[in-house]
Parts: sequence; C-alpha cells; structure tokens
Amino acid sequence: MRYRNFILLSLLLAAALLPLQAQVAVKAETLHTAAGDAISDGVVLIEEGKISAVGPASQVQIPSGVTVLEAKVATPGLVDAHSVVGLAGYLNQNHDQDHLEESSPIQPELRALDAYNARETLVEWVRRHGVTTLHTGHGPGQLVSGQTMIVKTYGETVDDALMVPSAMLAATLGDGAKASGGRSPGSRSKMMALLRSEFIKAQDYLDKMENAEEGKEPARDLHKETLAKVLSGEMPLLVTAHRSRDILAAIRLAEEFGFNLVLDGAAEAHLITEKIMAADVPVILHAPGMRHFGEAENATFEAGPRLRDAGITFCYQTGYEGYVPKTRVLLFEAGWAASNGLLWDEALAAVTIDAARILGVDDRVGSLEVGKDGDVVLYDGDPFEYTTHVTGVIIDGQVVSQEKH
Amino acid sequence: MSKSSIVAYLALGLVLCQAALWAQEAPKAFVGARIIPIEGPEIENGILLIENGKITAVGSSAAMTLPADTEQIDVSGRVIMPGLIDSHSHIGELEGGDRSAPIQPDIRVWETVNARDSRIQKAQAGGITVANVMPGSGHLLSGQTVYLKLRDGNTVEDLIIPWEDGSPRGGMKMANGTNSRRNPPFPGTRAKSAALVREEYLKAQEYRAKIEAAEDDEEKMPARDLRMEGLLEVLEGKRIVHHHTHRHDDILTVLRLAEEFGFKVVLQHVSDAWAVAEEIAASDQVVGNSIIMIESPGGKIEAKDITLENAAILEEAGALVGFHTDDGITDSRLFLRSAGWAVRAGMSREKALYGLTMANAIMLDLQDRVGTLEPGKDADFIILDGDPLSVYSKVRQTWVDGVKVFDRDDPQDRLYAVGGYGASNDQANEVHQLSQEADY
Repeated sequence: MRYRNFILLSLLLAAALLPLQAQVAVKAETLHTAAGDAISDGVVLIEEGKISAVGPASQVQIPSGVTVLEAKVATPGLVDAHSVVGLAGYLNQNHDQDHLEESSPIQPELRALDAYNARETLVEWVRRHGVTTLHTGHGPGQLVSGQTMIVKTYGETVDDALMVPSAMLAATLGDGAKASGGRSPGSRSKMMALLRSEFIKAQDYLDKMENAEEGKEPARDLHKETLAKVLSGEMPLLVTAHRSRDILAAIRLAEEFGFNLVLDGAAEAHLITEKIMAADVPVILHAPGMRHFGEAENATFEAGPRLRDAGITFCYQTGYEGYVPKTRVLLFEAGWAASNGLLWDEALAAVTIDAARILGVDDRVGSLEVGKDGDVVLYDGDPFEYTTHVTGVIIDGQVVSQEKH
Repeated sequence: MSKSSIVAYLALGLVLCQAALWAQEAPKAFVGARIIPIEGPEIENGILLIENGKITAVGSSAAMTLPADTEQIDVSGRVIMPGLIDSHSHIGELEGGDRSAPIQPDIRVWETVNARDSRIQKAQAGGITVANVMPGSGHLLSGQTVYLKLRDGNTVEDLIIPWEDGSPRGGMKMANGTNSRRNPPFPGTRAKSAALVREEYLKAQEYRAKIEAAEDDEEKMPARDLRMEGLLEVLEGKRIVHHHTHRHDDILTVLRLAEEFGFKVVLQHVSDAWAVAEEIAASDQVVGNSIIMIESPGGKIEAKDITLENAAILEEAGALVGFHTDDGITDSRLFLRSAGWAVRAGMSREKALYGLTMANAIMLDLQDRVGTLEPGKDADFIILDGDPLSVYSKVRQTWVDGVKVFDRDDPQDRLYAVGGYGASNDQANEVHQLSQEADY
C-alpha cells in the first residue's frame, strides 16, 4: 500500500514537473542568434531542453500546446567568462566570501564546486539580467588561488547547476598576488621562481605516475595532481594580470612548460597586442567599464576593438569586485563595449559565443543553433540600452524569469 | 620704482589685459542643436547664446535674432544640455578627517585638493561641470566639503566657487550607520553615534549664544574655536550637511537630528530610501536626496537592499532626487547612465535629467548660478552626439563659464575620455589662460 502510494505520488510529481520540461517557443521581432545575421520575426523552438528549430516565423512550425513567449528582441543566454559569483556573496562579510583562501599562496587543490552557493542572491541577480552560463570560482589575489568551474545560473544545489566541475586553474601575477610582512611571494621575480619550481615538481610527479609499474605509483597528491592536469593540457592556467610585464611573464611561463594559457583581466593587453597574437593566447578581457585604478590605471574602454583589430581571440567578463558594486552586470558591460568601438554583433558575441569558445563549452551554449541548450534571453528593446528591460530568461528550456528587470 | 613694484605692475597689467580680452570677447551662438534646457520644454532646432561666461539667450533658431558680432558655431545634429552636477564625488585626491576624533568640523578639504588629478579631466570628459568634493564617511563628521567648478585650473583657487569674501563654498560631510563605527573615541553603536553628534551641536548652540550675547563687543566675544565656527555655519544654513546614510532607521535618525538642531541636510546614498520615502518627503529639513545608482545589491551590509527603483519611488513620494558618482565607487565618465538606469526602473525622463543637473544645483545651493540653461546663468553646458539617456551617446564637448574644457576630438582629451596609457597620470592641466598667452 505504501509502495503504491509512492508510485502514485511519483506519477503526480512527474505530471506536475512535465510542463517545465515541455516545449517552449520564443517569438522575437528581432532574433539575434550569435550565429549569423539577425532574423526578423524569428522563432526559437526548444524541446526537451534543447533547441530543435531556429528561423523566421514563416519557416518554423510551432506545434500546438507549446508555451510561446513573445519579445521585441531575443538573444542567446549570456555567458559570463569570469566571475566569482556564488563563491563570493553579496553581503561581503567573512561568512559569504569563499573565493579566496589566504593561508598559502599556491593551492591548486581547491575546487570551486565545494564552495559554490547555488542559492546566493547574486546568482539570481545575474540570471535575471540575462546570464545563463557562469564561469566562476577562485578569484584573483593569490599566486595560485584554486580551480574554477562552469555552471548554469539555476538549480538549488551545485549539482543541479554544474556544467564543468574543473574548468581552469586560477593564478594571479603582479601586485595583486604579493604577500606582505616578509612572506613570499613579495616580488614579481619570486612569483615566477615559485611557479617554475611548482611546475617542475608537478612534471616530475606526472612522469612518475605515467612511468610507474602497476601498483607502484606515487601516493596521490592533490596539489601536484592539479598542476599536472595543467601540464597535460587537461586544464588551462587562467592568469589574471593587468600590467604588460606580468602578461609577458605568463606567456613566457606557458611557453617554457607547454601548457594552455588563458589571459584574464589584461588591462594593458592593448599595449602588447603583437606579443599576445604571436603567442596565440586567448584573452578574457576585464569588464569594459572597469574602473581605471591601480594596476589597471592604463586600461581603456576601447580594449575590445584594439584586440579585435590585432586579431586576438577575446571575450568579456564581469570579474571580481571587492566592494560596491559587489558584482557587475554583464549586459551593461556589453552595452558599454558596443558604445566604445565594438560593432553591435561583436559586443554580443563577446558575451555569448566567443566566451563559450574560450571556455570550451560552445558545443552546448553561446548561440541559438539546433542541438544546443535552450538558453534564451528576452528583451523589450535594444538589449544594450540603459532603458531597455530583460523580460524573460530561459535556461535548458525552463522559463526561470518572466519579470521585467 | 622698486623691483618688486615693477613686478606688481607687470602682474597687474597682465590681469587687466586678461580682463580686457574677456570683456571684448564676441558672443558665441551654438546653432541648430536639440536643446534640453531642463527648465522648460526641449527645443528641437535651437540656439544657445553665451557671452562673457554667461548664458544670454536660449531659444528656437527661427525665433532668435543674434547680435551682429556673434560667432556662430554649427552644432546641428547635436544635443545640448546643462553641465552635469555631481553632488558627491571624491575626485582631486583630497584628504579629510584623520581618524583622531569622530567629529572634525574644522577640517577644510579644499586646501588638500590636487587640481592636477587626472580624475578631474576624466570628470570633465563625463560632462561634469560642478562637483561636491567630499571627505570620506569614516567619521561622524569628517570635514567641510568643497563645491568645485571643473574649470581647467592650475591650482584649487581656479576651481572654487567663492562667497563674497573669497572663501570657497561647500557643505559639511556627516555619516551614520557602520562606516563611522570603530574603537573609542569613535562610537561603537548607533545610539552612541547620535549622542556624540547631539553633544557637539549643543556646544555649537552655546557658542552661538555667547556670540549673540556679546553683541559685537570684541571684549565679550568667546575665544575663536575653529570647530565651533564650522558647526555655526551649519546652524546658520551657510553649509548644507551632506549626510552619508544607508539603512532606513539611520535615515530617520538623520531627519530627527536635523529637526532638533534645525540644519538643512542632503541625504547621501540613501540605499533604503524606498522604505521611508514618505518620511523623507515630509521633512522640512531635507533639501534633497543624492542617490547612487549601483547595478547590484550589497558589497556592504547596509547596501544589501539598495535598488535602482529608489529614484522612481522618491519621485513618486514628491521628494527631490539627484544622482551622484561617489567617484571612485563609480566612474565619472559613466555618470549619464545613472539617469538612464533610473528611467529603466520607472522614473520619468524629465526628473531623471533634472537629477543630473538642477536637482543637484539645489542641493548645493547653487540653483541661481547653474543647473539649467537660462539667461543669466553660468555658461556651463555639454554637447552630446545623441540622446543623453542612450548608451551610444557621447559627450563631445564640455564648457564651463563659457570656456571649452573638454573636446573629444582633441587627442589628449580623448585619452581622458576613453583611457589608455598615461590617462591616469597626474597631469599638468591644459591651462588655456595665462600660461599660453603670456609672452616670456
């Protein structure tokens, strides 16, 4: 009897959940797919969480019974290429700041998924403003601060949200990584010496692991194991560096050890575009409207167009904020880029498909194409205008917001 | 004739020469722009006429007759509005109270302003022509603020707005809530914060009573007390209090103290304004609300409930609303978006533009000089290449007292506007007056 009740309850529950998983269609006067030209009177059809059709309304048949949302403009779900949201909370008190462990300068073994709060206010905040995919994790501020991960901005637990549990290993070069009080690293050269020494040890560990006879492998070392993943190409090193000399040091290190490097922040990248181009390194640029202080004093609102002109692969991020505002809104940042030298489509790409490519998740997100995740954002006007609202957000075919923000 | 008097005569000659140049300057007419005068309706094809640093006429191109010697500047396709006024900024590398005591009304920040701070140029690039430059909020009272005209100045004296006696106009910075709480002699609680402030204002009232009792008799006057003199200017209304306050109960405490001692106050930041908008609007002591538009909540506990809707809610309640940058919390070059976001969150376009200009002029008691485009007011205005509420619009030029201080087509000015190598260096300002014209 109890078993039968359980079955019944399960069936009822499944029926209740069914509409969430059902088909959703978005009709937009202008549909920006981030995969080709905008479509007038466009339709995106989502089935089982995936996009099953995209095109002009005249060519896409919307089956009956499908929930239809209408909008003036729609875009792919936005992809924030680097943030600390979910590890860093909005209250900015000790208890909700988990993006930076300061007990030691090099801690690659720290996983982001062990610290991510899916119910954090800021997660909902960035979602209501169109971010559906978030590359978040350990922040800048230590030489090697820990791992990052990629999540969808919904779900009640990290498991619901998870896309890529270990995406990159976060490192910082420059003043931001300096320790005080005579502790190391106290200088830039010490940072490089420490990193080189760590990678040499990790290479040794990797060699021993690979060459050891069955059952005679060295004991697992989480620290070296993670660095070894960087060396074996499994995980890129994400280096936050603003000064040109620090960017160049990161490129030098990557060439010495042959790992995949992703530059982060990079306020002075615009001064050394040829070097970055020659090294063929992608850049997750600082927020376009970032404040020009400290190591970012030479930043420019026009960094995006300068990197574009040099042929460098780049995208945008909202980055880390230590005070007020506790997080930036990617949509507003993309708007600032569009008003400072990027073409409209380029600015959209820099927060959708280009970000997805650099993060290695463009097979799932970043554009509205058949087979990709059903992540769509709806607006009542030009998404980049201050006075336009986000009117809806869909993640994996689920309508997660229909409020006007 | 002594050597020094020759120098003095030469200096006087130079000054007279400058005055003569100024007086003979032809009127300038900016013709063909859409003019947003703030006071009165927008003018589609308008003319702004200025002369000797003042506005002499604003109107429709069709209806205006220009003086014969007018220099005409074609600005068709552009938009002209008053220079933006920032009612809370920290540009100029100023220094205020030194944390030795929680209440420091003797502190004058104007003397510490670095007129060569590149952030002043960046503010000009953002269209800001007047800024209330203030010490921080780590004290209950951190000093006297200064209202700066963002002229191309060589020293701070070139930037101040003087009273008749030459002293610079400004307000008084106060704060409550958590920023000013720390170890003794600072307060540890909100009640202690209020008690310390009341104590100090009571002393100021006593000081005032002694001065009044002396009836101008030098013998009977109390000894000069710089701290009391500062507070006296607050009690007299010469200095408006600019009060940092976030939480709704802290806002009400400010209203209570202002009522008790009769001072005029501008509520600064007012994160929880949405919760007590009616109370704010009903207070006779509140000159206005200077709010910050921040894209996300938190960053500090007191700002956890901050919302872009504050502007619209205060407007609805009938309260005066202006915006501020709090530069470096937000960048002066992004000031226009405060109004854009306010409209996004429900404010009217008219009040949003008012909040960048005239509302702030009122809160700095400068409404007779700046804030709108009207004859007789200072020729402080900006020329935009699009609507001020659009993200795509750029400030092309900024004019202060009839002098162009920013031109986006000038490479050095453009560097300040967008950033790049050297844009944050402490720069020698482009002094368009004496240094360039003097014949050495």
